[in-house]
Amino acid sequence: MIETVLQLSLLLLAVAMIGLIYRLVKGPTIPDRVIALDAMGVNLVSITAVLSMLLGTSNYLDVILLIGILAFIGTIAFAKFLEKGEVIEHDRDQ
Amino acid sequence: MTAISEVLIAALLLIGALLSVIAAFGVIRLPDVYTRNHAASKSATLGVMCILLATFFYFLVEDGLFSSRLLLGIAFFFITAPVAGHLISRAAYNSGVKMWDQSVRDDLKDKNR
Repeated sequence: MIETVLQLSLLLLAVAMIGLIYRLVKGPTIPDRVIALDAMGVNLVSITAVLSMLLGTSNYLDVILLIGILAFIGTIAFAKFLEKGEVIEHDRDQ
Repeated sequence: MTAISEVLIAALLLIGALLSVIAAFGVIRLPDVYTRNHAASKSATLGVMCILLATFFYFLVEDGLFSSRLLLGIAFFFITAPVAGHLISRAAYNSGVKMWDQSVRDDLKDKNR
């Protein structure tokens, strides 16, 4: 039973990923694309968790935390770039 | 694995996967950036938290492994995903992305513009 549920949820997550890729390709503005990429990172974490259960190994659990942190940092950097035009400000140089 | 833990894990997995699909459909169908951000940040966060909780219970029941990394991951997503949503929405507003043309209220319109 749990095997079937795991495969079904993997299929649902793949459908969600395809929908987010549609928004990533089509999205009329840049923030649309950043939102789609952020949600894709979150979905990738879910896929990693389901795959680690399907393969029966607990060695992929570090990857979950790592993808979460990287997606967060990437989204923050993009938001700062869109708002201020640069990611790391250098006021002290002037 | 006992039947009751199996049912609990399967239910958490299905709820999480369905919430992810709902988030993706919201991102496809809603009209502007702010409503799409609303769908993506809330629903996808709850979905991934349900799936990580199911993973935690699975490894606890199957292998007797208490994975603190998964609990840390759940807490991390609960804290950071709304912050990322807020920041990207604020960046969209400040860089002049239009709201939906049927929106009725814009509280930030005449503030320090």
